[in-house]
Amino acid sequence: MKQLVIDFQKCDAGRNCEHECELECAIKVFKVDDPAQAALQIKAYEEGGGHAILCDQCGDCVVVCPTEALKRNKLGVVMIDKKICVGCYMCIGFCEKDAFMRNSDWITPHKCTSCGICVKVCPHGALSIVEVPEPAPRII
Amino acid sequence: MSQLVFDPSKVMDIDHTLRTEYLDGLEAIKAAHKVLKEITYTPSLPDKGYTNRSLYVNVGSLEIKEKPVTQAMKDVFIGGRGFGLYHLWNAVKPTTRWNDPENEIIISPGPVSGMTQYAGTGKSLVVSLSPQTDIPIDSNVGGFYGPLLKFSGFDALELQGKSDRDIILFIDGQKGIIRVEEAPTDPVDSHVLAEILTHMYAENEADLPNISVVSTGAAAEHSLIGMLNFSFYDRRRKCVRFKQAGRGGIGTVFRNKRIRALVIRGPKVAGDMNHPVDPETIAKTGIKYHKEIRENDPHQCMMRRNGTAHIVEIMDAYDLLPVHNFQYGSHPDVHKIDSSYWQQRCTQVTVDGCWYGCSMACAKGVDGLTVQTGPYKGHLVSVDGPEYENAAGLGSNCGVFDPEYLLELNFYCDTYGICTITYGTLTAFVMECYQRGILNKERTGGLELTWGNAAADLEMMHQMARGEGFGKIAGLGTKKMKEHFIKQGWGDPQLINDIGMENKGLEYSQYMSKESLAQQGGYALTNKGPQHDEAWLIFMDMVNKQIPTFEDKAEALYYFPLFRTWFGLNGFCKLPWNDVVPANNSEQPEAHKVPEHVQNYVDLFTATTGIKITKEDLITQSAKVYNFQRVFNIRMGKGLRLHDAAPYRSLGPVTKEEYESRAERYDQQIVTEMGLDPVGKTTEEKMALHREWRTGRFSQLMDAVYTRRGWTLDGVPTLERLKELGLDAFPEVVEVVKQHLP
Repeated sequence: MKQLVIDFQKCDAGRNCEHECELECAIKVFKVDDPAQAALQIKAYEEGGGHAILCDQCGDCVVVCPTEALKRNKLGVVMIDKKICVGCYMCIGFCEKDAFMRNSDWITPHKCTSCGICVKVCPHGALSIVEVPEPAPRII
Repeated sequence: MSQLVFDPSKVMDIDHTLRTEYLDGLEAIKAAHKVLKEITYTPSLPDKGYTNRSLYVNVGSLEIKEKPVTQAMKDVFIGGRGFGLYHLWNAVKPTTRWNDPENEIIISPGPVSGMTQYAGTGKSLVVSLSPQTDIPIDSNVGGFYGPLLKFSGFDALELQGKSDRDIILFIDGQKGIIRVEEAPTDPVDSHVLAEILTHMYAENEADLPNISVVSTGAAAEHSLIGMLNFSFYDRRRKCVRFKQAGRGGIGTVFRNKRIRALVIRGPKVAGDMNHPVDPETIAKTGIKYHKEIRENDPHQCMMRRNGTAHIVEIMDAYDLLPVHNFQYGSHPDVHKIDSSYWQQRCTQVTVDGCWYGCSMACAKGVDGLTVQTGPYKGHLVSVDGPEYENAAGLGSNCGVFDPEYLLELNFYCDTYGICTITYGTLTAFVMECYQRGILNKERTGGLELTWGNAAADLEMMHQMARGEGFGKIAGLGTKKMKEHFIKQGWGDPQLINDIGMENKGLEYSQYMSKESLAQQGGYALTNKGPQHDEAWLIFMDMVNKQIPTFEDKAEALYYFPLFRTWFGLNGFCKLPWNDVVPANNSEQPEAHKVPEHVQNYVDLFTATTGIKITKEDLITQSAKVYNFQRVFNIRMGKGLRLHDAAPYRSLGPVTKEEYESRAERYDQQIVTEMGLDPVGKTTEEKMALHREWRTGRFSQLMDAVYTRRGWTLDGVPTLERLKELGLDAFPEVVEVVKQHLP
């Protein structure tokens, strides 16, 4: 499956960039000019280093979705069918990585779909899309 | 806290998509349907949780009309059970009985019902005059019918009248059509009927989840204990499943009106259908609670894996599990039907909420059961549950510890339209009567109803469905059986009355209350009869020891029935309130109330309706409806102190062997509670001392609870209390009360 990964050897958690990855995602994918709505969020630690909130396509949300609105596509990426989704947010509550998100303006939640738009704009070349094996579904 | 992941190798290897199908006859059944009446209407979605209209259908005259839901109705009755009681009050007279045409069945979901972001928000309340109690019964039920009714445009559905032929009421909330159809050849039993109707009224596969069916089965036609199945479409199993409005015989009323089924086709559900005033608060509260379930449920009750059956072994360990008609509290074979078994037997790769967004997901299901007896012998079926009540009622209380038999009993109860709780308790009574010679093979028409004889138990159930033999007598319920046995001269009347576990005509649910004074009151001092949904205090009394003093217990019997009533006014399920609690709950003041969750409910109500309330207002809202229902009972000839009397089995040891099974505890109580010396006394003498002490203590509890509730010592709400609650605005209510005040 396709998975977005970040290399913190290269990414300095936004200390020397404009969070281009977040902005590009917000504008190109979600059509909003607000990086807070992006499907990946880079957070810097006060003591140095940082972490990224992003979807690794683990599939826990597919297991808990009551409507089967969440399914893997042929690339193994978990996609949401907004026409089926009932906005219950169990996907958000059951995501260990807090990678499923919502905002006040949309009823349906959203997350990273490994589209790679952010990869192209990272000034440090820290983001990449990799091919990894699909994990077995977990009963949670 | 790290995610606890369930090991799938623990589960039996059963294909959850395989079962016997019943769709072959669909076209012929559909062709036989004849439209008796059809009207069009304008569907609408709720505004702040209310559609502001209800639907009235007279199945006899075929009158169909809309009624406004007024602000005054909302102010006093809120919705759900409140609306049900309000409509029923207006529909009936004090002389009306369950099978009179003016009796109604009202289904109302409540303003919050249909929310998809918080667990347990798809409930609706069903209210009718009960064939078992002759007073209003209310039943809180899951499934999709209630929310889809509201999203089709109605806060309540009133069904009145009696048809002279079998009918189906179809509401199409997508197209705006209401239709009464004659249904002459439709199957009777729910698991067949609901599957056929769901596929008949869905326009395509994607439409299947928009259909919900309310139905019952063959036993509802021949017994007084019929229940209603509310369906929902299970996308992963690809089948129709049910939740039950079980108690009090509403299914019997349904079939007496010749209603075969109610079918609704609602609009496709989305996350904002209630049009709440503050969706942001609802979203945040819902997500917070989903996280709480994810983190805490695996370490607390494991509702997501076991459903409510998780407490079978806990009740057994605390000597509170009903065994052999509530004689004993534990049994060495309980491990065969405890949660470790159900965890393996229930399918675990499904999503078992009975409404969208229920992350508690306790609606577990067993697949791949091959039926061994009766009309569906050889069929491969799925069974809902078993829930705790079924495992205890159909299982330990009757001495049935074979899980496959238990599942078959559960399956037939569901499809025949029988309340599992009622059936379990009345069968336990029958088996004890058999044990004590009140019944024998001759009197039961050949059924050897010994403890654990599941084959005879199933045959009694098949007889009930066929309206034959001893099964038909059992279907009258415990109260009428007691009267029948006494009239026949079949045993000591006092013994029969002591061991028949009913109050107001309704059977007790499956907790053994005799060592818990709080639960004794929690059962007997209820409005509808002894059902734990009003005051399930046994756990906080006996296990968590959170209400130790007499005053604590009386206060709990004021607060909890009102708190729990509120769930039924709004369309909430009770379980998410306290079956998973915040990790730090025990450190909070009044931990037994689960204060953080109470605040969640206050927030969800306000965020939906825009009406700002506090946790104290929540109790006042309930008190209006609760006292109205008490007065309704009085109006119907019950609802006084004498009707709150409890069978002695629920208060203490009736028989010598019961006493001796707990002799140490009981002897000790003679010393500590009565100040007497048990040495040298016979068991009979000690039993007499206990009876006097226990009945006296229960009577004292009644005094304290009535006083706290603002009632007279005869159990009648005072005029001051009615005034305080604004119920003096209803002259009829005041009139009823005046006749019973000194």
